[in-house]
Amino acid sequence: MTDMPDTTLTSDPSHESPIGDHSDDAAGYYTLGSPLADTKAPGGPIDERWDTRKFEARLVNPANRRKLSVIIVGTGLAGASAAATLGEAGYQVKSFCYQDSPRRAHSIAAQGGINAAKNYKEDGDSVHRLFYDTVKGGDYRSRESNVYRLAEVSTNIIDQCVAQGVPFAREYGGLLDNRSFGGVQVSRTFYARGQTGQQLLIGAYQAMERQVAAGTVTQFTRHEMLELIVVDGKARGIVARDMVTGDIETHLADVVVLASGGYGNVFYLSTNAMGCNVTASWRAHRKGAYMANPCYTQIHPTCIPVSGSHQSKLTLMSESLRNDGRIWVPKNKADCTKDPREIPEEDRDYYLERIYPSFGNLVPRDIASRAAKYQCDDGRGVGPEVDGVRRGVYLDFADAIKRLGREAVEEKYGNLFDMYARITGEDPYAVPMRIYPAVHYVMGGVWVDYDLQSTIPGLFVTGEANFSDHGANRLGASALMQGLADGYFVLPHTIRDYLADGPFEKVPEDHPAVVEARDAVTKRIEHFMTVNGTRSVDSYHRELGNIMWEYCGMERTEDGLRKAIDLIRSLRDDFYRNVKVLGTADSLNQSLEKAGRVADFFELGELMCIDALNRRESCGGHFRAESQTEDGEALRHDDHFAYVAAWEFAGDGEPPVLHKEDLTYTAIEMKQRSYK
Amino acid sequence: MRLTLKIWRQADQQSQGAMHTYEVDGISEDMSFLEMLDVLNEELNAKGEEPIAFDSDCREGICGMCGLMVNGEAHGPEVTTTCQLHMRSFTDGETITIEPWRSSAFPVLKDLCVDRSAFDRIIQQGGYISVNTGSAPEAHSIQVPKEAADRAFDVATCIGCGACVAACPNGSASLFMGAKITHLGELPQGQAERDIRVVNMVGQHDAEGFGGCTNIGECTAACPKGIPLDVISQMNKDLRTAMRHGL
Repeated sequence: MTDMPDTTLTSDPSHESPIGDHSDDAAGYYTLGSPLADTKAPGGPIDERWDTRKFEARLVNPANRRKLSVIIVGTGLAGASAAATLGEAGYQVKSFCYQDSPRRAHSIAAQGGINAAKNYKEDGDSVHRLFYDTVKGGDYRSRESNVYRLAEVSTNIIDQCVAQGVPFAREYGGLLDNRSFGGVQVSRTFYARGQTGQQLLIGAYQAMERQVAAGTVTQFTRHEMLELIVVDGKARGIVARDMVTGDIETHLADVVVLASGGYGNVFYLSTNAMGCNVTASWRAHRKGAYMANPCYTQIHPTCIPVSGSHQSKLTLMSESLRNDGRIWVPKNKADCTKDPREIPEEDRDYYLERIYPSFGNLVPRDIASRAAKYQCDDGRGVGPEVDGVRRGVYLDFADAIKRLGREAVEEKYGNLFDMYARITGEDPYAVPMRIYPAVHYVMGGVWVDYDLQSTIPGLFVTGEANFSDHGANRLGASALMQGLADGYFVLPHTIRDYLADGPFEKVPEDHPAVVEARDAVTKRIEHFMTVNGTRSVDSYHRELGNIMWEYCGMERTEDGLRKAIDLIRSLRDDFYRNVKVLGTADSLNQSLEKAGRVADFFELGELMCIDALNRRESCGGHFRAESQTEDGEALRHDDHFAYVAAWEFAGDGEPPVLHKEDLTYTAIEMKQRSYK
Repeated sequence: MRLTLKIWRQADQQSQGAMHTYEVDGISEDMSFLEMLDVLNEELNAKGEEPIAFDSDCREGICGMCGLMVNGEAHGPEVTTTCQLHMRSFTDGETITIEPWRSSAFPVLKDLCVDRSAFDRIIQQGGYISVNTGSAPEAHSIQVPKEAADRAFDVATCIGCGACVAACPNGSASLFMGAKITHLGELPQGQAERDIRVVNMVGQHDAEGFGGCTNIGECTAACPKGIPLDVISQMNKDLRTAMRHGL
């Protein structure tokens, strides 16, 4: 949507600069494990690797497929598309979601669009360029084989979705329209007005429902996965709670897929849905799946600010607004409570235009977000005071309305202005909008190899739940692309290589590993139901979120992260002793659901801080105050940190084990981003 | 602001429910309706009373998970989802009645949560285009006139919240079905299954216990996405055509 300027690239020798005595900030918080390698990616030229892997992945005879079973947790783009595709292939699929229908998964809220290297605009796009843009956008912290494959299959996604009836925007000739989007110079984004995620998800949902009717997919709605079942080292099922009856159910299968989304709600306030959580991933982590780069968080600059302590979630507005809106704060603190229209031009600080004269209001997401934080920290934020600080900056369309006319602005941004007016009760045509950054997406997730298989054999992880494609920063319109690439075109090929070892021995329900998993779930629930403390789950979640946002948000420091780890640990102890969950375990109980999720967020939050503490460099969405240039820009340290940090769970109270997967680039050269 | 809330409470699907009265104070007009209920729930929890169960997820008006009858209107006094309704639409001292969706095809599970799985089962009966992954032709081999594409999009914005059913005196899901049938029927890709789709979906609709449409129009008035009433005419037309074709 936004025609973001391309990044100027320079080779910067400072990347080889030593970081002195600070190369091991997280010493004492972790132990170092053996290096990790992705053993599944074939070698050879990058454009042949996926073909090679598809050819080498063994086949499963159609007659044998119906004897093989797959559990898929989550029904967003990555989960629904995989369920549909594996169902079509003839496997027996069980699909789980916590919502009341698969169609509600949070992919539905994605606004902007989906990238694909179709080159319909003949503007120089290609698979290689999409690959290049994505690796560069990820600040050279993603795995090149995976990203190349993503770019390759992107074109198939559009074909598939069009055939399903996804109503993409079209030109008068009846062909598909494209627009440009953040961080690139070509128009490769396919869109369905501001509701692309909705339309793609409904397409995948319908394809999945078709398989439900065909009998290959069984769907379990209002079900939450609470434990992974690992038998003889292999993922063989899940323990799930029926959220209506409270029944604890065992579901066994030959392979398990987690498509359970991201964990942005560890910050309490985010643009995620209320129910988004890390539990499926975290339970798998505790059973042996490594978590990779958990500290990589994307914070989106154009969200509607917090209006009070009652706030339950944040709402994103498309960053296209920055094309015509000008961002400013008052120069004088005394003006912060004034009607912005009465603040004269000379008393306004258009800080992005001032600091970044060549890119102005169109600097990338991470830079725009951090700059807003600095203004508000400096006491020049605007809007309501929440916890003593005004966290908002103006996004002003007065100039645009003068230049283009109100009608043109309405045509371009009308739906966003309406949304803003509904939420804030203010008229953005008359008064400047207020915006503030919010947590939006996590690039980190469960570590997977090229096959999307985790460190637990038989456990595959797709979509936002895995870490693989976006490095330290995700480009706009790439999340939808990755979710559908994984589910429609990657997983169905790689999973068959695993399933080709079947038929697998049946796991009896009274197998010790199954009993252990069920007992663990029952014990946890019993604990929450019997603490009978004084504080609500939400109050703990909110406090945890504040800690994460303050110390592990837009800017992270060594001292802050250490402090956060201590705070999280003591809050977590208090939570287990003093949380109050009413109602019963054998009925619909939303407090109980939240208690389990928040318990896992505590552990994840601590690991995120340790990961951020370890990574003493700034890259993409991760900004360490200690690692910046003289001008205050992010400074990578490729000589120390060009690796994926994959964390192994070592037991409760034990420091996690860090496994490093070195990132090597054969098809692209590592460069420094610069926006001045 | 201070409010009196009359809220439907029901332990589970089998139990008898009843209206309960609660008082809340200190509500700001910037709160969303659901945040107001969050505040009430925190207070109930502190008092040792079980919080009220209600559904919501995205809280930005697109997932379709939330949905309450507020003062007898589906999603309340504004044309939007319950999560996008804000307290500035109410006045200090007001009494607000809050109930779950009203429809026998949407049984109450607990308090304000209902079971809308009937919608999934209707979609399973043909609310799709049969195309297996990987078998799609190149996207530009299918041209769709912009007008048809725009119309398909407009009706495809249905979020499946069920407000149309809750608002309809007959408890009909015709607007929900009409939207899907029109979305797929507008597109060249959707023609092959057009007849069988409408026949099977309508059959499932009736089997689920939804009522028939008598053109009252409450559905479209309550629809947060503004799905127009004429999708129902389109559905009926498609049904007649299918019957003429012998289905």
